[in-house]
Amino acid sequence: MKAAPFDYRRATSIDDACRALSEGGDEARLIAGGQTLVPLMAMRLARPTLLIDINGIAEMSGIAIDGDHLVIGGGTRQSDALGSEIVQRHLPLLADALSHVGHDQTRNRGTIGGSLANADPAAELPLIAQLLEADMIARSVESTRTIAASSFFESAMATALAPNECLTEIRFPLWREQKTGYGFHEVSIRDSDFALAAAAVQLTLDDKGACTRLHIAIGGASPAPMRLGEVESALLGTNLEDRTLHAETARLATLVDPQGDIHADASYRRRVARVMTERALQSARDRAMGTNP
Amino acid sequence: MSEHKITVCVNGNDMSGHAEARLTLVDFLRDVLGLTGTHIGCEHGVCGACSVIMDGKPVRSCLMYAVQADGHDVTTVEGLEADDGTMSPLQDAFWENHALQCGYCTPGMLIAGHALLSYNLSPTDEEIRHAIGGNLCRCTGYQQIVEAVRMAAEKIRGETS
Repeated sequence: MKAAPFDYRRATSIDDACRALSEGGDEARLIAGGQTLVPLMAMRLARPTLLIDINGIAEMSGIAIDGDHLVIGGGTRQSDALGSEIVQRHLPLLADALSHVGHDQTRNRGTIGGSLANADPAAELPLIAQLLEADMIARSVESTRTIAASSFFESAMATALAPNECLTEIRFPLWREQKTGYGFHEVSIRDSDFALAAAAVQLTLDDKGACTRLHIAIGGASPAPMRLGEVESALLGTNLEDRTLHAETARLATLVDPQGDIHADASYRRRVARVMTERALQSARDRAMGTNP
Repeated sequence: MSEHKITVCVNGNDMSGHAEARLTLVDFLRDVLGLTGTHIGCEHGVCGACSVIMDGKPVRSCLMYAVQADGHDVTTVEGLEADDGTMSPLQDAFWENHALQCGYCTPGMLIAGHALLSYNLSPTDEEIRHAIGGNLCRCTGYQQIVEAVRMAAEKIRGETS
């Protein structure tokens, strides 16, 4: 359980990190919090020949509101985002999801960008990015580009990031409608373990209680977190009554095709994905109506 | 592979040594500095036995390379006792409550408990369980560990002698 040998250097700025990445070739990797990469290296599932450390680059971390977006630096620690008043006030869904990410010991090192760039299929942050259609800002020596979450998460542990790119910033759109609510539910073997299935919902209601805007996404039940467009279309315009939610979430039986493993077989995961989705919808609806702050 | 000369402030003392880039912090503490109180369990971030406090916060020392700790502050389980060797209230409470059997998880449990009590001296049982949620114990069933942390909080608050 020891990593294969590698060279190490500390980057002093984003430019410096990008330069080192492009000079380091295909086997160079960035290391931020290391909470995903170091275990992969210990198991020798990853064998980079050069690690470029981006910890301590001040311009990589920070949390701010920019117009209708919450902007988080890729190097921001998960614990700092979880404790941030800005996050709690403007995007409570993200704070809720972060409380399920690992433990204090891993959140104190793990970063927002690191979790997204590694794209574990059961991780909570990719699910939230997919749900809210976050924009990923990727920088390389040649360019800075914006990648939409919908094309960022390609498969399990695979993203649209090029080997020479650094995920510097994540921009989460903020919903400004008055009656907006969110829901997040997951089932895991142990508190804070990876989710067997997780569901996240954000929605808006009009004055009569009809749903005018609705995003639903699930994680852990597919290679990458996925939006449930079919269920969204079916529920838009309705009052999201319990029996409607129960009936429409039955579609998950054919929409998701999870992989079974030693912890839970595929049929159980499919069932849990449906129940979590139903509960997340209920929580979001109740929050939007102000009955579940 | 690169080798680095690093200095880490461990339990209040600057300690230097050489570390190959791939040497984890826990291996550096144990094999280079000889501080074997911190245990290595799973070596990939699951069991929590290797927990240490870095710059005031609990982290897993198997999930970072020693070279990354260069210039930082680390507290290990050896740093919890008083200068004269007296056990801390938390360590005492572990002893009084039989919060360990084989002792393998104990350094990590003590670090997790210590980190919790550093900002919350009136934790609920749920908060205690959450704080040790990243640490595996296969002997105690956790109940005595929760009781020990609760008793340590009471002692530090001055409610029990």
